[in-house]
Amino acid sequence: MSSFLPPLGAVLPELVLALAAIILLLVGAIKGERSANLVTGLAIAVLAAVLLLVLLKPVVTLSAFNGALVIDPFSRFMKALALLGATVSLIMSVDWLNREGQNKFEYAVLVLISTLGMMMLVSAGDLIALYLGLELMSLSLYVIAAINRESVRSTEAGLKYFVLGSLSSGMLLYGASLLYGFTGTVNFDGIAKAATSPTLGLVFGIVFVMAGLCFKVSAVPFHMWTPDVYEGAPTPVTAFFATAPKVAAMAVFMRVAVEALPNVTHSWQQIITFVAIASMVLGAFAAIGQRNIKRLLAYSSIGHMGFALVGLAAATPQGVRGVMVYMTIYVAMTLGSFACVLSMRRNGQAVETIDDLAGLSRTRPLMALAFSGLMFSLAGIPPLAGFLAKYYVFLAAIQAGLYGLAVIGVLASVVGAYYYLRVVKIMYFDEPADAFDPMPGELKAVLSVSGLFTVFYFLWPAPLIDAAGAAARALF
Amino acid sequence: MYQAIVFLPLIGFLITGMFGRAIGARASEVVTTSFLFIACILSWIAFFNVAIGGHDVRVQLMQWIYVGDFKVDWALRIDTMTAIMLIVVTTVSSLVHLYSIGYMHDDPFRPRFFGYLSLFTFAMLMLVTADNLLQLFFGWEGVGLASYLLIGFYFQKPSANAAAMKAFVVNRVGDFGFLLGIFAIFVMTGAVSFETVFAQAPSLAGKTISFLGHNWDAPTVICILLFIGAMGKSAQFLLHTWLPDAMEGPTPVSALIHAATMVTAGVFMVARMSPIFELSPTALDLIMLVGATTSVFAATIALVQNDIKKVIAYSTCSQLGYMFVAMGTGAYSIGVFHLFTHACFKALLFLSAGSVITAMHHEQDMRNMGGLWKKIPFTYGAMMIGTLAITGFPFLAGYYSKDAIIEAAWASHGTFALYGWVMTVGAAALTSFYSWRLVFLTFHGKPHDHHHYDAAHESPLVMTIPLGVLAIGSVFAGAVFFNDFVGENVHHFFGHAIFMGAENHILHEMHNIPLWAKYMPTLMMALGFAVAYWFYVVDRSLPVRLAKSQDALYQFLLNKWYFDELYDFLFIRPSMWIGRVLWKQGDGRIIDGWGPNGVSARVLDVTGRVVRLQSGYLYHYAFVMLIGVAALITWFMFAGV
Repeated sequence: MSSFLPPLGAVLPELVLALAAIILLLVGAIKGERSANLVTGLAIAVLAAVLLLVLLKPVVTLSAFNGALVIDPFSRFMKALALLGATVSLIMSVDWLNREGQNKFEYAVLVLISTLGMMMLVSAGDLIALYLGLELMSLSLYVIAAINRESVRSTEAGLKYFVLGSLSSGMLLYGASLLYGFTGTVNFDGIAKAATSPTLGLVFGIVFVMAGLCFKVSAVPFHMWTPDVYEGAPTPVTAFFATAPKVAAMAVFMRVAVEALPNVTHSWQQIITFVAIASMVLGAFAAIGQRNIKRLLAYSSIGHMGFALVGLAAATPQGVRGVMVYMTIYVAMTLGSFACVLSMRRNGQAVETIDDLAGLSRTRPLMALAFSGLMFSLAGIPPLAGFLAKYYVFLAAIQAGLYGLAVIGVLASVVGAYYYLRVVKIMYFDEPADAFDPMPGELKAVLSVSGLFTVFYFLWPAPLIDAAGAAARALF
Repeated sequence: MYQAIVFLPLIGFLITGMFGRAIGARASEVVTTSFLFIACILSWIAFFNVAIGGHDVRVQLMQWIYVGDFKVDWALRIDTMTAIMLIVVTTVSSLVHLYSIGYMHDDPFRPRFFGYLSLFTFAMLMLVTADNLLQLFFGWEGVGLASYLLIGFYFQKPSANAAAMKAFVVNRVGDFGFLLGIFAIFVMTGAVSFETVFAQAPSLAGKTISFLGHNWDAPTVICILLFIGAMGKSAQFLLHTWLPDAMEGPTPVSALIHAATMVTAGVFMVARMSPIFELSPTALDLIMLVGATTSVFAATIALVQNDIKKVIAYSTCSQLGYMFVAMGTGAYSIGVFHLFTHACFKALLFLSAGSVITAMHHEQDMRNMGGLWKKIPFTYGAMMIGTLAITGFPFLAGYYSKDAIIEAAWASHGTFALYGWVMTVGAAALTSFYSWRLVFLTFHGKPHDHHHYDAAHESPLVMTIPLGVLAIGSVFAGAVFFNDFVGENVHHFFGHAIFMGAENHILHEMHNIPLWAKYMPTLMMALGFAVAYWFYVVDRSLPVRLAKSQDALYQFLLNKWYFDELYDFLFIRPSMWIGRVLWKQGDGRIIDGWGPNGVSARVLDVTGRVVRLQSGYLYHYAFVMLIGVAALITWFMFAGV
């Protein structure tokens, strides 16, 4: 009888998270609006506990539910990263939401459910699980985007995200059905065995599946929702959007490409190369025209997804390792940047244009210093972490012979450096505006950790590189 | 000891350069001047050891460049040539230092001035003690730098800055030739050390250097390139334009440049490289031609100049021409002899001129002077001795060295020997005329500016002592050393320092010349004196009328043969034009326009368009997504899977 029972131990973190989400929902429902802080605090504790659980579980490779979920070093690494992003962005949201009077217990619960979706997504071993995880994550995100019901911009953002997300889900589903139709299976390993040569139907399927995944990582030309949603959604939500879901979507992107389609590499390489170039270039150019810091970070994240995809385009273990390192450093830099954006508050009112940062070096010198470090790192200035992230993906691309892609990537990062440096220039050389309100302690902590990590990462890069390298090998 | 000679001035420079403000002007003067005097005494000791005693010395300081087979050391090479230069440089320099204490008395930047003077001296000492071509070049450039700093010492004066730049740029032209010469020597011999190069020199004869598809005689190419360097430093015809302008610097600096350092470097270098020059009669002919031309050309300009320092400056130029004529005949020792005596009387003349200028409250135009001999008798006496020496009055310094050159030119077998003789004899007459003209205008006649005349007074002791010492030198330097430089003792005196080929008997042949040719220079000197006396003492209206009647010639000479204008037209304007074109069109329009500015403008264009795509309309966004998918699918359909 025991063989019919699913190996629940393998999915213990997911189970914990699901149960906690339900319990916290009940708590919130029973105790009402006033329970928001309690629920949020518990949610943070749960996320941290699950993160520990993922990290402390023995590193093994096994599959559950007839191969629907795969537990391996790769999923462990990416889950940990997604959980980290979710935890920290939830921590950072508490103070902001309280000040804005928007602290609802549903928010924390939705973050938990969405994170559960991400964990499923990262572990997905077949197309069904992939779709389920993706929808669980996305549906929660649609709601979170519109969590500020009174704000037109927030609801507009949520609606746009929902409509376009549905469209992309449709594409993904259509592609999945094509893949199933041409290979006769939904299991990734099965697809890998059946898809030995690229037929037109199969490639159509790949195109549609990848279009759906590109939407989730907001790669060009499926990125259009990103700036509007980033700007419209409440800032803590944007911070969450910019980190955890990106990690999960990128993880499943890699798994589909490398695990399910290893024999038609050449086909999907072309798609990824195109998407990567388009994302890097558009991210660099469009960000220059932005005046809103959140929109700027939106284009920045589009560009960064392009850079990360350069590593995937290499289709080698080095490439995948590069993507994982890139995502880790990206999450660290993004969390730090949003810690700054979240603390942009003047006389109790949140402000979010770049000009509001004018003269920050004189009013808040430490914050300006940390933010400048992050900007330099995002621009990829050596020896900061952002440079090493780019270095590993470009190195992989060059080893794979994708010289054009690497060259365009470097050129795009040169153009991109302009807008990052402009932020620094405004902070250091423009006439100071009024000082911001004092920064909450948790934001200070996040900013410090992120800034120190970014600046000093180059001193001790080995642990991350080794861990990512070991995780990447699990896919091949 | 030898290290001390070379490095004491450097230490003096470093002390005043770094602590000049802290220790004050007086201390700076004392430190640099006393260091120089110590170096001077040591130099004389070295001179007696090395030149008189005949013990050449080589002092290894440290290793410099060791790359494969290429080895260059820092080393001091002290032979007779060097010893002569050491005493010339340190003596004149120490006297100039002393003199400057008086002359620069009111200047607020004295520490800087004395530091530069010492640096200048150090560079020149480095040059003359060089053991290899690279070290020589170091000193060569150091001299160029220090002269630039000193000529532009009055940095508030635009003309001084322009003169400093001119000196530097014109010298760079010569330096370029010199560098190429060093390269050529290295290519041919694989070494830059004098020892090795000279040892290999005989084997260079007959070898060729291939350049522009033609095989050129190697020694000739090398010598001409080296001589171009010497032309720049020693202000020879065509590269002379910087020297007269260099008097924009303080007068002691002019004395130093014109007498001991800088301009003598070219002469020294040619003498030093005599083992190679001996191999190329063609190069020696060229040297003779250029030297002879310079001697007359500069003298003609000196005839009509009104600035007291300019007259002396062109006189230097002319005398340097003499030295090169001597080199051209192959009588290197005589060239060095003239360098030696010239250093005495030229320093004397310049320092006397400085004394006159001080007395006249910085008035330099001779037309405003006159009758000064009563006011400043000592300076008058010094100037008188200097003038007698330079014009070649019998038994004074110039008489021995200059006449020896003219005799050597007569005895020479070179292609331009006769030209050289005619020119140097002619220049002797001109020299006499302009030198006496200077004396008559300045010291005789009636004072023209009574205000300054009445206030004129003799200079302080620190300024008159150097004049006295140099006057003694100007009187006796020729007679005392004649035998060592020109007479029987030359080969013993110079040893290996100067090389003369087996067929070079110039020192012997020059004694067997017709008597009339021997007395020609003295005759010319008398003639020049007579004309000057007639023009400026007997009938002062005569030169004015002459200038009026021969206006074209007068203007031609007054404007220095229009060389500055010619160079301005030939080089400066085209360079400025090219510079402007490259700046405005090349850099501004093409590089900036297509490069940074163009790219950033295009980036903004692209940004503008991309941003407009983000319309905010949901159906636009959905449309873009579908277009993306359609494009990918179309790509795979037509490009194949």
